[in-house]
Amino acid sequence: MLNTDQFIELYRQMVTIRRFEEAVWELYTAAIMPGLAHLSIGQEAVPVGACAALRRDDYITSTHRGHGHCLAKGARIDRMFAELLGKVDGYCRGKGGSMHIADQDMGNLGANGIVGGSAAIAAGAGLSAKMRGTDQVVISFFGDGALNQGLLLESMNMAASWKLPAIYLCENNQYGEYTPMVSVTAGADITARGRAFGIPSFTVDGQDVLAVHACASEAVARARAGDGPTFLVCNTYRYRGHHVGDQLRAYRTREEEKEWEEQRDPIAGHAEWLISHNHATPADLERVDADARREIQEGIEFAKASPFPPLEEVTEHVYA
Amino acid sequence: MSTLEPRPDELHAAVNGRELTFAEAIREALAEEMRRDPRVFLMGEDVGGAGGVFKVTEGIQAEFTPKRVIDTPISEAGIAGIAIGAALTGMRPVLEIMFGDFTTLVMDQMVNQAAKAYYMSGGKLSVPMVLRTTMGAGRRSAAQHSQSLHAWTSHIPGLKVVIPSTPYDAKGLLKSAIRDNSPVIIFEDKMMYKLKGPVPEGEYTIPLGLADVKREGQDITIVATSSMVHIALSAAERLSEQGISAEVIDPRTLFPLDAQTLISSAKKTSRALIVDEGYRRYGITGELASVITEGAFYYLDAPVRRIAAFDVPVPFSPPLEDATIPNEELVVKTALELLGRR
Ligand SMILES: Cc1ncc(C[n+]2csc(CCOP(=O)(O)OP(=O)(O)O)c2C)c(N)n1
Ligand SMILES: [Mg+2]
Repeated sequence: MLNTDQFIELYRQMVTIRRFEEAVWELYTAAIMPGLAHLSIGQEAVPVGACAALRRDDYITSTHRGHGHCLAKGARIDRMFAELLGKVDGYCRGKGGSMHIADQDMGNLGANGIVGGSAAIAAGAGLSAKMRGTDQVVISFFGDGALNQGLLLESMNMAASWKLPAIYLCENNQYGEYTPMVSVTAGADITARGRAFGIPSFTVDGQDVLAVHACASEAVARARAGDGPTFLVCNTYRYRGHHVGDQLRAYRTREEEKEWEEQRDPIAGHAEWLISHNHATPADLERVDADARREIQEGIEFAKASPFPPLEEVTEHVYA
Repeated sequence: MSTLEPRPDELHAAVNGRELTFAEAIREALAEEMRRDPRVFLMGEDVGGAGGVFKVTEGIQAEFTPKRVIDTPISEAGIAGIAIGAALTGMRPVLEIMFGDFTTLVMDQMVNQAAKAYYMSGGKLSVPMVLRTTMGAGRRSAAQHSQSLHAWTSHIPGLKVVIPSTPYDAKGLLKSAIRDNSPVIIFEDKMMYKLKGPVPEGEYTIPLGLADVKREGQDITIVATSSMVHIALSAAERLSEQGISAEVIDPRTLFPLDAQTLISSAKKTSRALIVDEGYRRYGITGELASVITEGAFYYLDAPVRRIAAFDVPVPFSPPLEDATIPNEELVVKTALELLGRR
């Protein structure tokens, strides 16, 4: 059970991710950030609720839409921004960028540019934890698009056969790029795919940070106890386009977007809950938001001031 | 195949007369490394109880238990990913993919994940894993079980590629591969598993990136890989009967590549011929020929020649299959052409 500070911490993390992503939008549209930017605005409750169930030495693998996962697993804002701008103080010395942030000190085995690409890597980290005799667990985050990658199913099969401490967490934001999930994903109940392997599988309201945290905590406990994997399908929604450049969003309606934003927003929902349960006042939450904005601003300044990596580094780090 | 017999004149230091097959040498390397380092473990399809489809890992599970010699489902991409994840988090997996042809199924994981992690993370994440797989035609196994696809992985920065030709080299190189902190792929010619050769008792390693002069000579350089080394050596023997002294060099690792040894030899002999069992086009022979040409151009008396597999899917019918593989005849003939003798 969480205490007041922890409830507020969940709020702080969600707000931080949102402000972070809003800042990414600004940096990207101002042509300061190179590359591609996949924002997770609207999905904040999933990484925050899930990572709150983990210890620092537990692992995650992440996706192209990974800023939220990284932050929720403890990444520093300033070094994240530096990485996004390709600067030497970034988590990967500027060599990874938005889609490849990794931070082994926080157990982040890396965001991934290959849809479904880290599903088996997560199982491997679970196998490794088991072989090394630790009780570490792994959460593999992936989108609904990855549901249809064979690798995910291969990995789930092995995780179930070998009772690996791996949690398969699908962020079902209803779309893979510009294609509705339902139009390309067979079976009315996605969790049936997990159950086919004998994996406990649940649908979760991904807009409710406490629900995500509760399910993730159970899954983590199961994994730590040696009882194997869990499959969680968290229903959520990305408010913005697939990436910053996707502004027309012709594949879905404005009404649908409005409904998610206005009626199911994870941050507004948690704020209401905190206030109605007397964990915080509106003024407290204002302060949290103001602090997050300041931290984001400082992070951006840090990233802008950081130099690009020296050219000599281009041939470094090919081989360990 | 007579050309795969061990050469009686195989000259390696400290040999003590002990001989092992290529498969035994690999097995010994695996077992020694597993005894030395508890992080090393094996996984693959039928590698445990069955000892591998080529019996390379026979008996290993009995010593090291199923915990460290893991029989996996038939999920090549999945087990490659699992090996990568384990390597990222402190283990040193050795993965077997029984036929090199099936490395096509692990390409995403090896190329986009294993090869990239260290670089993309700015040197923070490393993937100390070994992928053992096979190559080589000649088993009448047709087009999906006979290919030599080592050029595919050699193309990828971030991967190292080992291609031993003798039991001695296989053992020493595999041990180095297991101790390396980068992903290493080792291609074992399945036709060589029964090949015997001297392997000394006790510990030794061979550094990756060091070519071996398998036979010294003055008149022509023959660079050969894997089983082609033995064909080149037989050809060199025949050439010597005609008064021609051929130098046979085995790069042993395609990356890192010991370019200097190839170039120096070509400068000395002024003629070079490359023999490799991969497909000819866009392949290893083309790369090695250009390394030599760039490095020794002004010393060469003739264009570098190359001999490789035919650019066709490997056929089943024995006479057809045999025709696609480089052989001793062709090496002798091409060498003579290069030397202007015929
Ligand atoms: C193997 C692979 N195929 C295609 C792509 C291109 N791509 C990038 S993101 C994406 C959609 C992924 O959808 P989903 O998994 O639902 O994640 P979301 O973007 O919705 O978070 C696609 C097709 C890719 N990166 N990797
Ligand atoms: Mg999606």
